[in-house]
Amino acid sequence: MDNIKDNQGDVWEVFVQSKPGLPHKHAGSLHATDKEMALQNARDLYTRRNEGTCIWVVPLNAIVSSLPDDVGAFFDPANDKAYRHPTHYVMPEGAKHI
Amino acid sequence: MEDAKKLKEFQAKIDAEIKIEPKDWMPEDYRKHLQRQISQHAHSEVIGMQPEGNWISRAPSLRAKVVLLAKIQDEAGHGQYLYSAAETLGKSRDEYIEELQTEKAKYSSIFNYPTLTWADMGAVGWLVDGAAIVNQVSLQRTSYGPYARAMVRICKEESFHQRQGYEIIAHMAQGTPEQKAMAQDALNRFWWPSIMMFGPHDSDSPNTGNATKWKIKRETNDELRQKFIDKTVGQAEIIGLTIPDPDLKWNEARGHYDFGKMDWDEFWNVVKGNGPCNKQRLDHHKKAHAEGKWVREAALTYAHKEKQKQLVA
Repeated sequence: MDNIKDNQGDVWEVFVQSKPGLPHKHAGSLHATDKEMALQNARDLYTRRNEGTCIWVVPLNAIVSSLPDDVGAFFDPANDKAYRHPTHYVMPEGAKHI
Repeated sequence: MEDAKKLKEFQAKIDAEIKIEPKDWMPEDYRKHLQRQISQHAHSEVIGMQPEGNWISRAPSLRAKVVLLAKIQDEAGHGQYLYSAAETLGKSRDEYIEELQTEKAKYSSIFNYPTLTWADMGAVGWLVDGAAIVNQVSLQRTSYGPYARAMVRICKEESFHQRQGYEIIAHMAQGTPEQKAMAQDALNRFWWPSIMMFGPHDSDSPNTGNATKWKIKRETNDELRQKFIDKTVGQAEIIGLTIPDPDLKWNEARGHYDFGKMDWDEFWNVVKGNGPCNKQRLDHHKKAHAEGKWVREAALTYAHKEKQKQLVA
């Protein structure tokens, strides 16, 4: 063994789909040394009461996240575009089903 | 200067009920307080498996046994959720476990009491889990996102624990005189340690300070304790058991039960490591961890070899 220090394995993030048709939602995280173990641990940890029909596990270091410090600049392009929302438009009095 | 500005923004978020997430700036004391509190909470879940594990092979029926197994499995899961939340604060799982084993970190003192009879399984579920639920319901609104999310998940699962405990003790309280005596004895032994689980009086609680200002704690020790007592008195009455406190009585003016003095000398003595089972609990944890070493090594080696194979292929 090539000097691997005793540890709990890598961190994996777990996403659970609660029923067909719904999106996978982040449930939490866990430790595992490989993908099969990650999947089985996820089942035992996050779906002990039939909470899911499908599980995704993703190594934490494979996730790219935006940073809180950049929130302002990063989301800025969407801030001043009220015309992207349906409520921006004025409908004629009495118009229905729109 | 920079920090003063950040601290102000941080407090503004807290005041506006915006949760703090792992990558957000936070004061060092906030981080430290959470590392201590969440890991202590995680250790309690894991050590809490031991007093109940004691009864798996002695459960009085197959139903009782599968229920107990499911409950203990939940406790293991709760420990996992909490360690994960604690790890988002920049300390590894291995470090937290080492802190527990070297006694730098604590766990709830309640688990340093022995579980002597089957009725104790009832008392633990009813009172110990019951007290934990009161605390955890309150913590669902804690200001740190990962901790709050773990609490929501735990609270959903925990109510089965309390109900199964109450079912056991209610069942025994209606049994033979010996069984009823056993139920009463369990209540007698677990009552005071359970209400002391909420920690010292607010007037001498060393860790409150900023915890309230930063909304880590949403209710004080005394408020939570009172809630638990108010809920539990009627549950004892209905099954014909007597809470071992002669000073316990309804106070119409306050709208709460008054209760007697807790023995804080005993509490601190157990916290300091002199309870009936402190040594046993920690020794067992170390032994189980050491015995699992070859499994972790095998798994890590296997993962390493698989990776090598992929590189070659």
